Amino acid sequence: MPSLTIDGKAVDVPVGTTIINAAEKIGIEIPRYCYHKHLSVAGNCRMCLVEVEKFPKLQTACSTVVTDGMVVRTDTEKVRKAVTGVLEFLLINHPIDCPICDQAGECELQNYYMKFGLHKSRFALEDKVRKKKVQDIGGQIVLDAERCILCSRCVRFLEEVTGTRELQFFRRGDHSEISVFPGRPLNNNYTGNLADICPVGALTSKDFRFKCRVWFLKAFPSVCTGCARGCNVEAFFKGDILYRYKPRVNEAVNRAWMCDFGRLEYKKANNARLLVPFVREDGREKMMSWGGLLPQVAYRLKDAVEREGPDAAAVIASPQSSNEELYLVRRIASDLLGTKNLAFTSRVPGDGFSDGFLIRGDKNPNSRGAQLLRIPGGPAFDELVVKIAAGKVRALLLFGDVLGDLTQEETAGLLSMVPFVAQAGTNEGPVSAVATAVLPIASVAERGGTFTNHAGRVQRFHAGFPPRGKAKDTIGFLTSLANRLGAGWAFDGEASVFRALAATEGPFAGMSYESIGSLGQEAKG
Amino acid sequence: METVLTTHFADERYRFIDTYRGFGGYEALRKAISMPRDAIVEEVRKANLRGRGGAGFPAGVKWGFLPKDMSRPRVLVVNADEGEPGTFKDRRIMSRAPHLLVEGLAIACYALTIHKAYIYIRGEFVREAGILDEAVSEAYASGFLGKDILGSGFDLDVTVHRGAGAYICGEETSTLNSLEGKRGWPRLKPPFPATIGAFGLPTIVNNVETLSDVPWIITHGGERFAALGCEKNGGTRLVGVSGPVQRPGIYELPADVNLRHVIYDVAGGLRDGKKLKAVIPGGSSTPVLRADEIDVNFDIESMAKLGTMAGTSGVIVIPEGTCMVRALRVLMNFYAHESCGQCTPCREGTGWLRKVVGRIEAGEGRPRDIELILDLCDNMMGRTICALADAAAMPAQSFLWKFREEFDRHIRDRKCPYGNRF
Ligand SMILES: Cc1cc2nc3c(=O)[nH]c(=O)nc-3n(C[C@H](O)[C@H](O)[C@H](O)COP(=O)(O)O)c2cc1C
Ligand code: SF4
Ligand code: SF4
Ligand code: SF4
Ligand code: FES
Repeated sequence: MPSLTIDGKAVDVPVGTTIINAAEKIGIEIPRYCYHKHLSVAGNCRMCLVEVEKFPKLQTACSTVVTDGMVVRTDTEKVRKAVTGVLEFLLINHPIDCPICDQAGECELQNYYMKFGLHKSRFALEDKVRKKKVQDIGGQIVLDAERCILCSRCVRFLEEVTGTRELQFFRRGDHSEISVFPGRPLNNNYTGNLADICPVGALTSKDFRFKCRVWFLKAFPSVCTGCARGCNVEAFFKGDILYRYKPRVNEAVNRAWMCDFGRLEYKKANNARLLVPFVREDGREKMMSWGGLLPQVAYRLKDAVEREGPDAAAVIASPQSSNEELYLVRRIASDLLGTKNLAFTSRVPGDGFSDGFLIRGDKNPNSRGAQLLRIPGGPAFDELVVKIAAGKVRALLLFGDVLGDLTQEETAGLLSMVPFVAQAGTNEGPVSAVATAVLPIASVAERGGTFTNHAGRVQRFHAGFPPRGKAKDTIGFLTSLANRLGAGWAFDGEASVFRALAATEGPFAGMSYESIGSLGQEAKG
Repeated sequence: METVLTTHFADERYRFIDTYRGFGGYEALRKAISMPRDAIVEEVRKANLRGRGGAGFPAGVKWGFLPKDMSRPRVLVVNADEGEPGTFKDRRIMSRAPHLLVEGLAIACYALTIHKAYIYIRGEFVREAGILDEAVSEAYASGFLGKDILGSGFDLDVTVHRGAGAYICGEETSTLNSLEGKRGWPRLKPPFPATIGAFGLPTIVNNVETLSDVPWIITHGGERFAALGCEKNGGTRLVGVSGPVQRPGIYELPADVNLRHVIYDVAGGLRDGKKLKAVIPGGSSTPVLRADEIDVNFDIESMAKLGTMAGTSGVIVIPEGTCMVRALRVLMNFYAHESCGQCTPCREGTGWLRKVVGRIEAGEGRPRDIELILDLCDNMMGRTICALADAAAMPAQSFLWKFREEFDRHIRDRKCPYGNRF
């Protein structure tokens, strides 16, 4: 293990470590533009220049591998002058767009400009090289070539991560420009990442464009619910509105990336939400209070069981629910209602596209969790559908906004066979269009819990803000319902449920929110 | 004087294999394949042959950088991109004596156990590429290239690859990228070509002239070659003299020839009664010398002592009456145009230099422009992926250092003292 000193501080690092990473280990951040941890080293921006003893020239920290006894200085006058010089070079042809640039506030040019306190411009404004602005280059991305600092991160991403190579450099010298080939726009399912890795405002998100100044946004860690990968995300919000998802680094799950579908998943928390409890009587919707509706749901379930036996009641669980919720749902079905009619399905409408990289065919975040919590899936769901179709189910508690991959008509047809259908869902959809009672629950941004991804990794998501409208946290609602069915539960929040679950459910044994941490933990089995 | 390369250049038919062989051509190759491989490298080392592509790196030492382990095939790339302004020597070799190059590269390949060589030739050299193609075909037909060369069991395949016309593609790692079909961007070093070069294989890149010296070295021995020059610079150099001299052209001269001698005796001095003002000694990238500085020998060390470089030995003669501001602007246009644009200080610095020098020439210079140029040069030099930034900054600095008053006058008088209009 080579040991070296950086600015006088000693550090030991594994063979092959570069100076930039060795410095990071002891809390020294060397400025960089082209370097990106998840891409190959290009060494072209020259921001990371440092002094290395015995080398006459400054060395690039991103590409220089440390050797034993190396003495590195990042804080000398020579380094400062060089880095300030590079920054000045980068700024001379940069437009003065900050007031209208989406990147402002999270722009690395602005950040280093502040840090290195650049003097007055020595460059004549009229001499700036002009390039094409606001180009729709396909996917989720708009390109402003003038703002580009030619760090080649985007080019490397498309070469090394997606392998699609749509962006390239064109022309030479200070007329160099990033662009797509004529008639060949971005064509992959990961284009949104380009806006994340672009250190400046050259590649911005069409979706987020001009929506909000980033300094008004707050963020919290979450997990994408778009498929069974469970990409780790940072969710950005203002008030009770989500504005965007950005991938959160998790080497074991999504590295630093997420797909374009998942990136738009946040919209589900904003749009077409179920926000008020209501019942449907004679085809008319009647708003209700939770206090009014919940006893009714409990009564109808209990009533069906009492009159026609436990199997007159049924529960359809959702792989969109958290482990904690599924655990409670199972206990309500099995322990309180005593019904064998408990099932879930991972099927959803649509083609179940997968790509061998991140995108999974299973479009739910927690099918694996449902399996591990012993909620019957697959054939059990189909059998339950047959029972429902045969009119054998008198009261149904249904989670989620869709019923497997059934169409709107099929859903309506099937549910018309059940006298009482209570839906606990987040969004308007085929189920809420026909359910007898609709219980609006908190979105993934408004509640907390864990999902188990396709590989059995248990990952936490967090509530960023309180539930919108009259939507209710699922655990609270399930606890009240259970207690009305005679449970006597005292759960208080998802953490208490997880503790109970970890105590009894083998695959989760020994786990806790602490051990899961921010990056997740593998369940057993 | 004994000549290594140009002895038969006057013979129009020297470029054909029969004539070349009539003068003893390909005997050096025959001799080489009877020698132990190490002995060939040793001769080249003894010859003190310094690379003729500009940097002057000792060829024998470079050859020694190939990894000892032979598990990966190796490649030789001949750098025939010759784009440095003021330089036209490789072109002369290729048009007059292509077989010298072919024989030289074959010997190098044999010595280094290389079975694949590429000649990367500048795109604009259409005629020379044709001549080389023909020479290579002739060499194949005569058994000097291809399978089982001269019954030795040694195979060598040679491909002439035409560039698309970019100065930067002469920078050896850019050459390799271009050869691979990629954009001609220099590579970050390390790794150096000797470890990871063309197509990821260990690669030697040598200049045309460097390799063309090799047959003579093998025939006459390294020591004799070394003796043609001075202590650390063996052999002769093809010195190209351009500008208003009596006899511009390519001259083969000892590696340590005196620069004044080159200009006044070899090239006959300036024509039309002009007086010497300045000399760019080794291609446009090398720092300029004032007329009173030319009593210097051309060897790499003597030139370095004077703060300049022997470079590609392309001597550009600048007469009195030339506006040095305009001359520098022409150079700055070139480098700004040829910067590949990959790394920041060069991409932005060359463009900025062009603009500042351009405005001084146009009579719109600002009082602090001189300091600005020097500071920009400082911020460019030694900060980039390849040496192009230095190649642009060195002339800029030296023009300002040596002809400062001309720049000052342009700025002060807001016009060109030579009456040049922008
Ligand atoms: C910008 C730039 C352009 C260059 N152009 C050429 C060229 O056209 N021909 C050449 O032989 N070397 C050129 N070189 C030098 C090569 O990088 C390399 O040093 C040389 O080909 C090695 O051969 P040698 O050791 O035989 O001189 C250039 C270097 C730079 C930085
Ligand atoms: S568009 Fe952004 S990521 Fe791509 S090269 Fe330019 S600055 Fe870098
Ligand atoms: S791959 Fe799946 S989890 Fe990841 S962002 Fe896309 S939809 Fe979301
Ligand atoms: S120094 Fe100039 S030519 Fe060389 S890699 Fe950098 S930008 Fe390209
Ligand atoms: S971060 Fe090292 S050169 Fe860009």
